[in-house]
Amino acid sequence: MEPSIEPQRQRVFALVGNPNCGKTTIFNALTGLRQKVGNYPGVTVERKEGTAIDQHGGLVKIIDLPGAYSLDPQSPDEEILRDVLTGRRKDTPMPDAVICVLDASNIERHLYLGSQILELGLPTIFVLNMTDVAEARNIRLDAEKLSAKLGVPVVEMQANARIGLPQLRIAMSRPLGALASPPAFFASGESLHHASEPAEEWQERLIAARFEAIQELIHDSVDRKDPYAPTGTDNIDRVLLHPFLGPVCLVAILALLFYSIFTWAGIPMDFIDGVFGSLAESVKGMMPPGDLRDLLTDGIIAGLGGVIIFLPQILILFFFIGLMEDTGYLSRVAFIMDRVMAKVGLNGRAFIPILSSYACAVPAIMGPRTIENPKVRLITILVAPFASCSARLPVYIMLVGILLPGVAGIKKAGFLLGLYLLGTIAIFVFAWTFNRIMRKGERTPMIMELPGYKLPSFKAVLMQMWSRSWIFVRRAGTIILGLSILLWAAQSYPKSNSDDPAVQQAESFAGKIGKAIEPVISPLGYDWRIGIGVLASFAAREVFVSAMQVTFSVGEADGEEEAFQLTRDRLASAKRDNGAPLFTPLVCLSLLVFYVFALQCASTVAITKRETNSWKWALFQFGYMTALAYIGALMVFQVGKLMGYV
Amino acid sequence: MSEIMTIADLVPNDTAVISGFAAAGSHLRRFREMGLMSGTEFRVIRYAPLGDPIEITVRGSLLSIRGEEAKLINVVKQASKD
Repeated sequence: MEPSIEPQRQRVFALVGNPNCGKTTIFNALTGLRQKVGNYPGVTVERKEGTAIDQHGGLVKIIDLPGAYSLDPQSPDEEILRDVLTGRRKDTPMPDAVICVLDASNIERHLYLGSQILELGLPTIFVLNMTDVAEARNIRLDAEKLSAKLGVPVVEMQANARIGLPQLRIAMSRPLGALASPPAFFASGESLHHASEPAEEWQERLIAARFEAIQELIHDSVDRKDPYAPTGTDNIDRVLLHPFLGPVCLVAILALLFYSIFTWAGIPMDFIDGVFGSLAESVKGMMPPGDLRDLLTDGIIAGLGGVIIFLPQILILFFFIGLMEDTGYLSRVAFIMDRVMAKVGLNGRAFIPILSSYACAVPAIMGPRTIENPKVRLITILVAPFASCSARLPVYIMLVGILLPGVAGIKKAGFLLGLYLLGTIAIFVFAWTFNRIMRKGERTPMIMELPGYKLPSFKAVLMQMWSRSWIFVRRAGTIILGLSILLWAAQSYPKSNSDDPAVQQAESFAGKIGKAIEPVISPLGYDWRIGIGVLASFAAREVFVSAMQVTFSVGEADGEEEAFQLTRDRLASAKRDNGAPLFTPLVCLSLLVFYVFALQCASTVAITKRETNSWKWALFQFGYMTALAYIGALMVFQVGKLMGYV
Repeated sequence: MSEIMTIADLVPNDTAVISGFAAAGSHLRRFREMGLMSGTEFRVIRYAPLGDPIEITVRGSLLSIRGEEAKLINVVKQASKD
């Protein structure tokens, strides 16, 4: 007897399904922590692979493909799905079999993709997930009957409770031949096609034929007396999408989000600040003074600290966004805000990314992956950094402190609000402009599913939060580290004979560069010393404050409050070479406008490059925002001068 | 009344059957793939708080569509059952 030999190669299963079918939960349950998250080369679609163990202890590779409604792609995500399943991507092995996850409570629509998968002819296992939700809606599906009709295994699951997992593993252990579908249950495209008819009509009939076959398939398993009987989701939506209560809840949730970013994140941020500060101190204590010590403390430790300091905010943002996505609320936010965003050619899904940009642009640029249309996604990324992020705040506070000395706090706050408003206007103006230029009035219909609410899986949310934040640390970390070493070197060489750091800076490369660009920045009202600060800020904006502290020899102070007041007073009394005050109200205003618009953040440039997959867009974004900043500051200073202000 | 109604003419709780699409071609293919075919019955749930988009329920799922596209989908309103 011939021994039957299983292929030696590890089997590859592709995990597919509509968005919100519970695919990720199944992927996590199958693979545990044995997963790798990355990107498909050439596109910005998340690539997830993991290793699962089948019922016999064999190792199986699982590729978690992006959620999709159809194999006829309408987004980069769906293109990847089709290309992997048809073996068109060289970087991904053609799967041996498909696990197609269907939301049992939404079986009719989810079977549409299922029917296309069967048409491909790959060995397939169907998973009927969320059977508990289906039962609550009086939908009773007979998995055995379905399996008999379709000719492939159908496994019932409640993935969030790990019910059905062994059954899925057993199905995955069967010989591939047992997963192969017999001659298509669903109508084949060829039989519907008449040579004379336009392809569009044929496609329409094909879609209709699939839905007819689906209805035939399930008509005796769905028992819905009243298809419109209110569900739990309907009851929640009655409040969260209520004409009045809906927006009130949205504002309350977003207020909580920002409150937690600005208060909770402060605690770990102070801690990180302290740790890196004392690390630098102890290096100073252990090593003899010299260039190597300075490189370690002022270059490397300060540079790493500058990246890690933003991690708490980014983690909190990713956590909240993940939570909203996982529960189903994110789509409701998009539903409420769609009309506003549509006015400038974006859609409701762009709202949360842009809003989170007011804390940090990095999650805002990694967020719009849920936007199907690639152009809308790009425009969202291009305009998001105009939102005044938290790194701008220390600069704003210092400059407003000089600009409005002795003015009541409430008026200063009003002025600050104006700066935020200026950035917001830029977001809308440029979104509108880019929409005009790039999409030329092209309309993509916006149809969006509002998934049923579900309890979040904290494990999934935390895993996603971590993998995204790690991308930030890796990408931005290396670039900022390099830049801060460069900045350190520019300020430390060539060595001057003076011990005064201000003199050292003046004679360093940075000082020389500052003087060299003075003709370019003097129309904005800046001298070479401000120039050094502005240039240094291109690594990260908040560097401006520390650069100014060095330049204007602000000495040590006890505590933050004193240091802030000392810096402010020092800058306010700084003089130009001709003895005139340097930081006049007009110069402060010009600087503020510059900081509102300019893209001075190496992390943003690095992440935009990653998300758009091209230096072209990263550099374009840097260029147009910085050009706008220059023109804005120039206009403020020159018009102000003409009007007689100094 | 012989005037053609579209989804945009319906109000919340109206049930209707799709009778056709005003725009031909692949423009609205995604709508069909989401289960909005000629002959499909659906119900309007609500308008978004700002008046657009429109939420409908069809084949057991909740979909949001913009008024702009709702105007392109012709419907026949069903008599209210209650």
